Amino acid sequence: MAVFNRVESPRKIEDAVYDVIVPAGDGWMKELEPGQVLRIVDLEGNQAADTLFYDAENPEDHYSAIATMTGQGNIYLTAGSVLRTESGKALLTIVADTCGRHDTLGGACSAQSNTVRYSHDTLPMHNCRDTFLLQMAKFDKGYLKRDLAPNINFFMNVPVTPEGGLKFDDGVSSPGAYVEMQAHGRTTALVSNCPQLNNPCNAYNPTPIRILIWDN
Amino acid sequence: MNGVWQITIPAGGKWSGVVGRGRLVRFTALEEGANLTVLLYNAKDPSERYNMPDTLKAQHTSHLTRGHVLMSDNGRVLASLTEDTLGWHDPIGGYSTRAGTDARYGLTNYQELRNNWLRSGEENLTVELVRAGLGRRDLVPPVNLFSKISCDEQGDMHFVPRHCPKGAQVTLRTEMDTLVLLSNTPNPMDPSPSYPSVPVLVEVLAAEPVNEDDYCLNFRPENTRAFENTWAYYALLG
Ligand SMILES: [Zn+2]
Repeated sequence: MAVFNRVESPRKIEDAVYDVIVPAGDGWMKELEPGQVLRIVDLEGNQAADTLFYDAENPEDHYSAIATMTGQGNIYLTAGSVLRTESGKALLTIVADTCGRHDTLGGACSAQSNTVRYSHDTLPMHNCRDTFLLQMAKFDKGYLKRDLAPNINFFMNVPVTPEGGLKFDDGVSSPGAYVEMQAHGRTTALVSNCPQLNNPCNAYNPTPIRILIWDN
Repeated sequence: MNGVWQITIPAGGKWSGVVGRGRLVRFTALEEGANLTVLLYNAKDPSERYNMPDTLKAQHTSHLTRGHVLMSDNGRVLASLTEDTLGWHDPIGGYSTRAGTDARYGLTNYQELRNNWLRSGEENLTVELVRAGLGRRDLVPPVNLFSKISCDEQGDMHFVPRHCPKGAQVTLRTEMDTLVLLSNTPNPMDPSPSYPSVPVLVEVLAAEPVNEDDYCLNFRPENTRAFENTWAYYALLG
């Protein structure tokens, strides 16, 4: 797996069957039909789209960062990466990527982890895990906190060093960069457009993303 | 220190149980090349569990050794690595699956091989999760004690063979009442064509109280704050 497999999408915006803007700090949850293609656009650059997937036929089988990484022998996601569940099932394949690198090790921010990473007084700040939980409640299909597994951070760059370190590098994304993935079966997608104000990766300025869906 | 309990987990074996806070759980590789897959949950509220990303990003690490702590998704410390003779334990290789085990080592079953059939981490952990009233949805990335996977500049993952000598030891100190799940099954990235698990001795001992100068507490400011969150939780619980 190459570090950056740049693939531009042949799909046209006007052919999309779904098109929505998700402001910074908001969430989005929806089922994708088999074959549908989901595009997430980083409208202003260096935003993180925290994303989870579930096998809609069997929601107990959630996205697995590790099954995805070990399945390709590489920790970064780009075009060609197959996104897998804990059981190893292929949920989606990334079919286009103009960003360069997507993280699946760093997980979502939360009020609780913010107190650990930054300071105790960050506890009241808005965070991705709260967004995930509210989306699950509104989706009303029985998803619970138990179903929150380590997620993908689209447009984030979290390199690992050969010595075993882990860094948060400046984003490799840019305004208009996008990632596109095709669902193999019926797949539930859950997105938190990260409101993180403590991490310089987005220049302390969370911005909107755009989500589009094509039928194939 | 007097040990309060011990068990040897053979190749393919599994175990789960609740370990109260303030215990030392010492793991010893009885042969070279061990891999023990570990999952941790808050025994009182298992929706709180070991969280790989929170653990790694708070400590700016992609490996685990002495000084590191295993953090929950609620910003608390489930357990600390107080002693380690090895220097690198693997949080990114995951557990072995049935499909992967069959593909690498060949199809085996109980009817032919009796208890020599080859178990998978996926099934071992699932059984122990269900035993605890949990299920497959509670499967998350585990820690693999005694294994090393390094990543190169391109992000390619490399399993390091012959990393664990016979007698290697690592000790976890429980900082919360913790449901511990153990599976002595191969690291999925171990390329060895033969099922490589070896017996692991698990001993539980009483731990000294966590002092102000505790190595894990002071390893990073993030660790100190995670300990403070843990103490606040127990201040409320009483
Ligand atoms: Zn976030």
